[in-house]
Amino acid sequence: LFPQAPRMFAQSSRNSVSPVLLLVLLGCVLCPPAQASKSSEDIRCKCICPPYRNISGHIYNKNVSQKDCNCLHVVEPMPVPGNDVEAYCLLCECKYEERSTTTIKVIIIIYLSVVGALLLYMAFLVLVDPLIRKPDPYTQPLHNEEDSEDTRSLATVPAPAGARANTVLERVEGAQQRWKRQVQEQRKTVFDRHKMLS
Amino acid sequence: MVNAGDMNGSGNLMDFLDEPFPDVGTYEDFHTIDWLREKSRDTDRHRKITSKSKESIWEFIKSLLDAWSGWVVMLLIGLLAGTLAGVIDLAVDWMTDLKEGVCLSAFWYSHEQCCWTSNETTFDDRDKCPQWQKWSELLVSQSEGASAYILNYFLYIMWALCFAFLAVSLVRVFAPYACGSGIPEIKTILSGFIIRGYLGKWTLLIKTVTLVLVVSSGLSLGKEGPLVHVACCCGNFFSSLFSKYSKNEGKRREVLSAAAAAGVSVAFGAPIGGVLFSLEEVSYYFPLKTLWRSFFAALVAAFTLRSINPFGNSRLVLFYVEYHTPWYMAELFPFILLGVFGGLWGTLFIRCNIAWCRRRKTTRLGKYPVLEVIVITAITAIIAYPNPYTRRSTSELISELFNDCGALESSQLCDYINDPNMTRPVDDIPDRPAGPGVYSAMWQLALALVFKIVITIFTFGMKIPSGLFIPSMAVGAMAGRMVGIGVEQLAYHHHDWIIFRNWCRPGADCVTPGLYAMVGAAACLGGVTRMTVSLVVIMFELTGGLEYIVPLMAAAVTSKWVADAFGKEGIYEAHIHLNGYPFLDVKDEFTHRTLATDVMRPRRGEAPLSVLTQDSMTVEDVETLIKETDYNGFPVVVSKDSERLIGFAQRRELILAIKNARQRQDGVVSNSIVYFTEEPPELPPNSPHPLKLRRILNLSPFTVTDHTPMETVVDIFRKLGLRQCLVTRSGRLLGIITKKDVLRHMAQMANQDPESIMFN
Repeated sequence: LFPQAPRMFAQSSRNSVSPVLLLVLLGCVLCPPAQASKSSEDIRCKCICPPYRNISGHIYNKNVSQKDCNCLHVVEPMPVPGNDVEAYCLLCECKYEERSTTTIKVIIIIYLSVVGALLLYMAFLVLVDPLIRKPDPYTQPLHNEEDSEDTRSLATVPAPAGARANTVLERVEGAQQRWKRQVQEQRKTVFDRHKMLS
Repeated sequence: MVNAGDMNGSGNLMDFLDEPFPDVGTYEDFHTIDWLREKSRDTDRHRKITSKSKESIWEFIKSLLDAWSGWVVMLLIGLLAGTLAGVIDLAVDWMTDLKEGVCLSAFWYSHEQCCWTSNETTFDDRDKCPQWQKWSELLVSQSEGASAYILNYFLYIMWALCFAFLAVSLVRVFAPYACGSGIPEIKTILSGFIIRGYLGKWTLLIKTVTLVLVVSSGLSLGKEGPLVHVACCCGNFFSSLFSKYSKNEGKRREVLSAAAAAGVSVAFGAPIGGVLFSLEEVSYYFPLKTLWRSFFAALVAAFTLRSINPFGNSRLVLFYVEYHTPWYMAELFPFILLGVFGGLWGTLFIRCNIAWCRRRKTTRLGKYPVLEVIVITAITAIIAYPNPYTRRSTSELISELFNDCGALESSQLCDYINDPNMTRPVDDIPDRPAGPGVYSAMWQLALALVFKIVITIFTFGMKIPSGLFIPSMAVGAMAGRMVGIGVEQLAYHHHDWIIFRNWCRPGADCVTPGLYAMVGAAACLGGVTRMTVSLVVIMFELTGGLEYIVPLMAAAVTSKWVADAFGKEGIYEAHIHLNGYPFLDVKDEFTHRTLATDVMRPRRGEAPLSVLTQDSMTVEDVETLIKETDYNGFPVVVSKDSERLIGFAQRRELILAIKNARQRQDGVVSNSIVYFTEEPPELPPNSPHPLKLRRILNLSPFTVTDHTPMETVVDIFRKLGLRQCLVTRSGRLLGIITKKDVLRHMAQMANQDPESIMFN
């Protein structure tokens, strides 16, 4: 069953590990906030009472539990005398609301950091990468705009496996090049040839 | 079948950086899977596990784990889909408000969150709070006046452009497959097509991130369709962790069907509606086992989203409706009118959108995707800001239109003339005459309606994630609300007319314009997507009650009839045809009287069929045949004279098997004979070692005779999911019919361009 787990890593490139890590990070960090204890400003019962006779409209907020969230518990001090209370309370609308400020803070900050990381990586790929990468025959096909269908069928046969690089850095380079080639192929299909996704 | 990936054994972790070895049994990109083979492989696997489970306790436990792995995958999909939907909702909430201002106490709060703890308690200022400031207040400390308005306007446009530009750049650089809605492609994938990378991890990440950006930029699109894509990416990711699903494309598609249900469930807070949507719209084969598992995934996703609680009121959708005022039989007439409007709008939208997308595909417009996004965003922002109904996000607009006007609403739409002595509770307020605010709101809604109708045609299909549900519902809700207010005022001012006299007494609460908005939204959504049962169930799960089922059904049925009168395809089928995906629709009927001979290849005058013989071809002959043609497979016959059929061999497997044999087996050279029989043929002495390829031969290819009607052939292709079918007469092989030939033939019969079927 789980012999698949090392195989999963064996078949995905290094560049797919980063989005996996980001997703896992997202999941792990979100679990604690969902059960975080609520601070006192995170729950409230809000009663809105419209203008009634000569009393102007008013909003009442109070930190009560859900079963106590009604006009009688929340509206204090009651602006009408005792026999009018029922008629006044019929007009008021009470809602129970709760929120988790930690969840909101954590999610927004994680989202902004993900966007920031993607922006930096995009800037690196678009601006810095072409400068530091010396053009060599292995990367030449990336610039060839007239790739025919044959190069795709060639790519399904394994690439020169004979020259298996041994250092970690060269393997990382190879994985990144493969990912860039895939994205290049996708970009050609969608943006240039308009073969998919109109 | 040898899994060549096993050759590396349990290598070190650095092996993951090497290129994966394609093994026999996987499919090439942009090809169709063989459903029957996947099914039989799954049966084999299951039989092996069951037989081994009797051997030892450990094997028994493994068989139990295998049986439970399906449920574990559903649980994981539900959790991740719910989490991502919660993240998207919260981030959209914040970023939409970022266009207008910022919260000073904590920058990550949206307008509503910021004013949560405000001390403004008077009824008239209940929307103001000092902690949240508009940009003009922050930058030039002015909140009223022309310069403040212009500065706010300018910054609104700048933020919208910034978000849209960022989104389209991210899509272009990292994951070009993340654009569009995703539902047409997912429909095609679920019918058996392979698109590598469409459900990948980068696509998942980029689609989630850019979806937030484009919804916040104020463009006229929704997030429901892309959420289905996101959920299917989660499904693909988790199914790759379990060998039961990662090695079997047929089983994987069961998981993807369930994931699509989870996606719709979190988009609308409607688990049952999600399952029905997956059944009706998205899936191709939906076995009953998948029904229960989809429901489980949808439920887990809905609960996860509820625990994140993005809207603060334990509701999953912003426009959840909670009133239960009754409706009357005489109101069915305006509901049916709204249905007709929905059908007409659906037809108009589909025709215009497809024409625009076709222009984008074929002319120079398609060469400037980034510029197109920026221009459309600029136009949308410039026109949307002055009208308060288009300035806010579309979900908020729908929420306001769906809501009933109590005594407490402060919006212009609820500016009725109140009776100061009235003492009725909140949801029983009688019909009131409209104040001036209502009339100006009607004008603004009419302008907003026209604007939304026009701009959505150009927005859907751009190179950014874009959904269609929310804009359609907005159009329908605006039209419905206007009709509802019209009927309400008519009933108030003319309560002595014969139609109103029976059910609408003065002083009673007869007409609920919010209900008309809901019915209009359902009608427009049904007119565009042609959903039936799933639409009604989604809408009734949104309203939380069964009272409104009859009006919703009436409108949905009417809009589907009216729209079907003009064209049979919904928007998703229309996009599938536009892109030429090889999707054989189960809803199409084939009523022509053609026979298999009319469709099969080779036609008269064409080169004869390329076949392999059972034991008389050499390795070199086979390689030449493979190189000269580009067919996906070759039939194997006994000999060139007697063309009796033995089986069918796939091109990819031939290539791999010959390559393996040349590298690993001794004595296999170009002159070696290739044989598909059990025993090697009689060979002269000193001949090179023959190559046995029986294991890659499919011994049971599907055959029909040449007089089989095409109706039956199309039915066979649909029900069994075939890729090709051989045509024989008296046992002799005549030709072959592939799925592409069937699709081309159907297109030809329907007078469409048969050359538009692009994929294999």
